[in-house]
Amino acid sequence: MCQVGEDYAEPAPGEPSPAPRPSREQKCVKCKEAQPVVMIRAGDAFCRDCFKAFYVHKFRAMLGKNRLIFPGEKVLLAWSGGPSSSSMVWQVLEGLSQDSAKRLRFVPGVIFVDGITSSWVFPVALRSATRENPLPKGRWPTPHNSARKHCRGFPQGEVAPCPALPGSVSPDSFCLRFSEGAAFGKSLEERSKTLAEVKPILQATGLPWHVVALEEVFSLPPSVLRCSAQEPAGSEGAYKAAVDSFLQQQHVLGAGGGPGPTQGKEQPPQPRLDPQSLARPPAAAQTEALSQLFCSVRTLTAKEELLQTLRTHLILHMARAHGYSKVMTGDSCTRLAIKLMTNLALGRGAFLAWDTGFSDERHGDVVVVRPMRDHTLKEVAFYNRLFSVPSVFTPAIDTKAPEKASIHRLMEAFILRLQTQFPSTVSTVYRTSEKLVKAPRDGPAASDSSPCCLLCMCALDVDAADSATAFGAQTSSRLSQMQSPTPLTETRTPLGPCCSPGVGRVQGCGQGACRREDPQACIEEQLCYSCRVNMKDLPSLDLLPPYMLAEAQLRTQRAWVLQEIQDCLIEDSDDEAGQS
Amino acid sequence: MAAPLSVEVEFGGGAELLFDGIKKHQVTLPGQEEPWDIRNLLVWIKKNLLKERPELFIQGDSVRPGILVLINDADWELLSVSSRASSPQPLLSQLLGWNWEGSPEGLPLSSAPHQGELDYQLQDQDSVLFISTLHGG
Repeated sequence: MCQVGEDYAEPAPGEPSPAPRPSREQKCVKCKEAQPVVMIRAGDAFCRDCFKAFYVHKFRAMLGKNRLIFPGEKVLLAWSGGPSSSSMVWQVLEGLSQDSAKRLRFVPGVIFVDGITSSWVFPVALRSATRENPLPKGRWPTPHNSARKHCRGFPQGEVAPCPALPGSVSPDSFCLRFSEGAAFGKSLEERSKTLAEVKPILQATGLPWHVVALEEVFSLPPSVLRCSAQEPAGSEGAYKAAVDSFLQQQHVLGAGGGPGPTQGKEQPPQPRLDPQSLARPPAAAQTEALSQLFCSVRTLTAKEELLQTLRTHLILHMARAHGYSKVMTGDSCTRLAIKLMTNLALGRGAFLAWDTGFSDERHGDVVVVRPMRDHTLKEVAFYNRLFSVPSVFTPAIDTKAPEKASIHRLMEAFILRLQTQFPSTVSTVYRTSEKLVKAPRDGPAASDSSPCCLLCMCALDVDAADSATAFGAQTSSRLSQMQSPTPLTETRTPLGPCCSPGVGRVQGCGQGACRREDPQACIEEQLCYSCRVNMKDLPSLDLLPPYMLAEAQLRTQRAWVLQEIQDCLIEDSDDEAGQS
Repeated sequence: MAAPLSVEVEFGGGAELLFDGIKKHQVTLPGQEEPWDIRNLLVWIKKNLLKERPELFIQGDSVRPGILVLINDADWELLSVSSRASSPQPLLSQLLGWNWEGSPEGLPLSSAPHQGELDYQLQDQDSVLFISTLHGG
């Protein structure tokens, strides 16, 4: 390459096609024969076939190492259309079609959540206040000073009157739209285009598939938020026994036949449609409600977290409704490294092991599994390109957002930039996350009664009684604010008898912040620290889907009732221990 | 003096959003004095093809971190194995002293990334593919 007088215009003699110029002596590090096509990590060049073997091996090893998925189990594959989840679905399909010794033994289905488009309206106050013409009172989503910051970098769209924001009284509330054209018209068009691309791919998989619109969150039951009883974790022996009995069954039924994956394909030719979502598009009222909800969230960070939460609940509900006991998500190594750092910044440090580990059993009966967590985004992109894995590109809520628009974006830019100079960054973070151990709950007896966060369903990690912490200080300052109720609380209708007015208990319902006038505090009491911080960016909790509000009210009432009858309860463990 | 080159430039993984949604571009690079290499190609793309938000595609001399480059369906990092292997790993103290507020060019890099790859000389009928890995999951 660097020889004097070498003619760059002609390919070297003997080269069949104009290939790039790797150094002459470089061969695939594995087979030592073929020309390499991709560089994994720093310095390992793989040829096409060795790369495929390496990639597939990683996937199977991840599943095999953590023996969580039992033969014949129903597993839901959460497919977002993006490269990682597409690759995961492809790997599962390939795994199902192999010869019986190596075949994957679970029964998959695919789910696609529709409705996350880029044309969310982002409301800002676009005119400054003057003495003659002050900004109207009432809730402005963002103060004017920061509006400029939000506008900077976003593609300039049209300015148009905003659909009714809660609390906004002035006709001067303008909105800056991401995309040109009317928000609803464009987003409907985008969605139908995406659906048209998604459906053929889903049908081609041959697995039972479900398409769910995000608007379905408004019809979820409150039972979604309840942690079901945890199944006892299978021991090593149980897994082996299950595999053995499965293989025996297969042997009895004859080679190639038998229950399991093939049964799914032999079903009468209708992949199971979700009757609610595909029969007709979601109700316009629900779409409007969803748009209002996201419209009112002040920061992109909180929007992304809220979207993640809603999506998780939706997938969880669908998994329970159709009998799936596991959900597979396509989080890749790079994404999980970014997620780990982001969650630290968001205040979810206590839950890192659940958020980034291989398995996440916080929901009890449905376990979320991450089989792609060993694959970097580069490997995924190369595999998809080399082996033509179909995927659908859907613009997301943070597409084209500037680098400092949200914590997620900032952390992504940080990690990726660091990765270019120090190629072991992502793998170091990943290996660190592997070492995180889930803190056991305080004994099996407490697992039912220990409180879970309303939204993320992790154990509540707040100890509000401790005013020495910053968090405790926040709670006590909130209490002092409660003394003089602001116009905020007066206009809101009470959520129902949270606390009986006749009983002067300040300690009931957690610190006494929960009174009839303030349902917002009632909900916040039941959230973990990071969810509380996110909810601060949501000015009106009434816009949340009804299942969240209903469950919050139920829990508050239950806690109050428990407080009331505390004296009448018999503590069996204490009594029996005392007597014996 | 380099003759005009005909090159196919393709974008994937969401990068096409910055190029009016068009994935494949068959371009003819005009003749110029210096030979066409990837560095010049990026400058040319920024001037002629990129429709919006250049900072989402190009950072300094090179592509933004997170965007993969394939030349003739092979990783561009294969083009400069030796230079990468020799770049030293920095000390933690260097890491701590960096100021992330400034532009990327202000970072005291011990070795700027992708120097070897950017020097690859393009040939006629080459195909260059840019895949953004930053999108989706």
